[in-house]
Amino acid sequence: MSHAATIPTGLIAATAQAEPRKAPPPSPGKVAMWLFLATEVMFFTGLIGSYIVLRAGSPKFAYANLYSPGTVAEKIPTAIKNDPKLKQYTWPQPYDSATNPLSINLTAVNTFILICSSLTMVLALSAIQRGDQKNLTKWLAATVIIGSVFLSVQVFEYHELMYGRHYPVGISATGHFRPSVSLFASCFFTMTGFHGAHVTGGVILLSCILIQSLRGTYTKDHHSSVELAGLYWHFVDLVWIILFTVVYLV
Amino acid sequence: MNTEHAHGDSHGSAANDHGHGDHGHGDHGHGHGHEMSFIRRYVFSEDHKVIGLQFMFSGLIFFIIGGLLALAIRWQMAWPWSSVPILSRTLWADYGSRIPPEVYTKLFTMHGTIMIFFVIIPLLNGAFGNFLIPLMIGARDMAFPKLNMFSYWVMWPGFIIISYSFLVGAPAAGWTSYPTLANTPWSDPGSQFGQTLWLLALLCVGISSLMGSVNYMTTIIMLRAPGMKMFRLPMTVWAMFITATLQAFALPVLTSALIMQLLDRVVGTNFFTPYDWSVANGPSGVGGGIPLMWQHLFWFYSHPAVYIMILPAMGMVSDIISTFSRKPIFGYKPMVFAIAGIAGLGFIVWGHHMFQTGMNPALGATFMLSTMMIALPSAIKTFNWLGTMWGGRIHYTTPMLNAMAFVSMFVIGGLSGIFMAATPVDIHIHDTYFIVAHIHYVLFGGSMFGIFGAIHYWFPKMFGKMMNDKLGKIHFFLSFIAFNGTFFVMHIVGLHGQPRRYADYTGFDYLNNPGIIGMNQFMTYSAIMLGAAQLLLIYNFISSLIAGPKAETNPWHANTLEWTAPSPPPHYNFETIPTVYNAPYEYSLPGLDKDYLPQTERLSPELAAATAHLGHG
Repeated sequence: MSHAATIPTGLIAATAQAEPRKAPPPSPGKVAMWLFLATEVMFFTGLIGSYIVLRAGSPKFAYANLYSPGTVAEKIPTAIKNDPKLKQYTWPQPYDSATNPLSINLTAVNTFILICSSLTMVLALSAIQRGDQKNLTKWLAATVIIGSVFLSVQVFEYHELMYGRHYPVGISATGHFRPSVSLFASCFFTMTGFHGAHVTGGVILLSCILIQSLRGTYTKDHHSSVELAGLYWHFVDLVWIILFTVVYLV
Repeated sequence: MNTEHAHGDSHGSAANDHGHGDHGHGDHGHGHGHEMSFIRRYVFSEDHKVIGLQFMFSGLIFFIIGGLLALAIRWQMAWPWSSVPILSRTLWADYGSRIPPEVYTKLFTMHGTIMIFFVIIPLLNGAFGNFLIPLMIGARDMAFPKLNMFSYWVMWPGFIIISYSFLVGAPAAGWTSYPTLANTPWSDPGSQFGQTLWLLALLCVGISSLMGSVNYMTTIIMLRAPGMKMFRLPMTVWAMFITATLQAFALPVLTSALIMQLLDRVVGTNFFTPYDWSVANGPSGVGGGIPLMWQHLFWFYSHPAVYIMILPAMGMVSDIISTFSRKPIFGYKPMVFAIAGIAGLGFIVWGHHMFQTGMNPALGATFMLSTMMIALPSAIKTFNWLGTMWGGRIHYTTPMLNAMAFVSMFVIGGLSGIFMAATPVDIHIHDTYFIVAHIHYVLFGGSMFGIFGAIHYWFPKMFGKMMNDKLGKIHFFLSFIAFNGTFFVMHIVGLHGQPRRYADYTGFDYLNNPGIIGMNQFMTYSAIMLGAAQLLLIYNFISSLIAGPKAETNPWHANTLEWTAPSPPPHYNFETIPTVYNAPYEYSLPGLDKDYLPQTERLSPELAAATAHLGHG
């Protein structure tokens, strides 16, 4: 194999007596998981691509501090049009409490939490690759707990947005931030909601694997489920980083 | 599925890995067949062959429903507002015994939806993909039999929902479900709850197809028998493989669009509703979305979907034509690359469905050019089919006749497609019967004749019985004549400007003349004949199933691996996993005592050397 040439000679000497090193062929499970993730990429591409198109097509007057989203230009009262305090945007601005109800600080913390769960997932896999069942269980449990914390924060965020707080007119005509009040709200709830559903699926999957690991099912040579679940979990993390950027930060 | 089920042949080094691969296959499936209950064996079966047949029977049942809907449409076209047999007296007695106009919209909506999502795609991919892929690559089953079973049973919520939608006021926004018509519950009398059900049903079908495609790709990549290099795969498997990639990459985008429209209808999101919209003087909604975006998302899937609906048929027809011409397929690799080229180009041409939406002419020209490029790989395929038949000793069996019909009808359908691809011409023929003619030439003249051919060709393998060839030929000729009588005339009335999807074209002066009406009546008579001809297929199918002569292992003297398995194959398909030595189309090899060389038979070294210049292997 061509990559053998790049391996330092010392390593080759150590392994040369054994059978020639060749990457083991990927298992069907792994191939299928990568293909499945490719379909997931296309699914989120559909959602994120639509978000980009909708946002790019949003007119200059779409969001403002003095009237509600969805007001067409002709229907904006003249008094508001001439008000010097009027600020109009094509899309809600980050950290602008008059048009944007989202708390970037809360979600930034939550994003950090989710990224930590990727770390614990890596530690779990590396534990079982060394045959360390105890640490596998420990880190899997940590991943499940951190994933659940992320979901709890998201549920809290949804609750505050939809029921808990009263927002100014620039965010919603009704005072609540719900999927129907503006195009921004529709995009926000759909994208984060589907991501949340994926995290939920991941937590359930990892919980099942945690139970298996408590039973001692996984060994150094047999732990493909852990690896596949890890692939999925990292993918869901990656999607969140993109979503956090395009929905909250930009 | 355990991880150690690693297959050795992914690098083509067949001989070394023989024993290993064989062992890997033996790990599952083999030997479980004895003590299974009836339900596990025939209903919730994990056997790819049973699942394939389940897809086939459900597809054929929906084929009958979709066909009857088409006949009701044709009745209205031929004799507008006259009373329809049976239906007028029962369903529409309160409407003055005619088809109510909104019901007409439902008829064509449901006809299109059922034929595309519940007939052609399940038949081609679900039925033949499932049945043939493991048999043709020499595997015991799919890579993930349970997932395979699930991909069939997730169709059932779809079947039930789409059938139930008839009861609550069927969807009526066309099979394309364009907003804003489809978006609001009250914009159309028919698109109330029925439209929501339409979305749910399609989601089920989509999930089924996604699981199927991941399974197919994994199976073809990982589970090929020793010696079955990628370029020894039969064309059917290549077509299924490329179709699966199309599905895997295009379908999730439709899924996201379906979800957005579903949320628009159910939760009140604003993805596809324009600013300040209102319907029937109702209160205005928030809006702010882009109705046109649905068309982009929908066609991003649904244009590749038309290739999903034709490529598997192309693959199967290639196998049939080569077998019955007793000649190797002409240009095997170009055929593979042509399929891949069609699929690749298929991703960048969706805008040609949207020339009339006010798109930037520069963008329109781009879509026009990319669309016309598809004519190149399509022509390669057509000429290679002709080249395969040229000089061959053609056996005019029923499958061969249907395959030849596929080629000729696909040429007509393909060429009329180029008319539509040209923006200036499309302005004239867009949304006329010309496009109805085009899609039916491709999907019925193409895919359906491909399916007819495939049913007759693989029936012996599926059921271990031969179909009646004479009945098959009568069915073919009647279908072929009636098909052209129905759909060719649509080109003419379409060029004359008869719009599609209108319940009554006679309101237009330029259409209200004996010529146009006469042609419409002729089409309807032909359509009735076409429907009646299918009774022959049903009769032949059922009677052969019960009393057909027993089929031998290889009744057509074909080369591919499925013909080395018993007819019908047992659950584990092969006694021992076959080893492949040859390309799949070694017919009429000089120096051989028979005119075919199964993929499992090794040539003698002398003969191999003598025929090396023929490029086999």
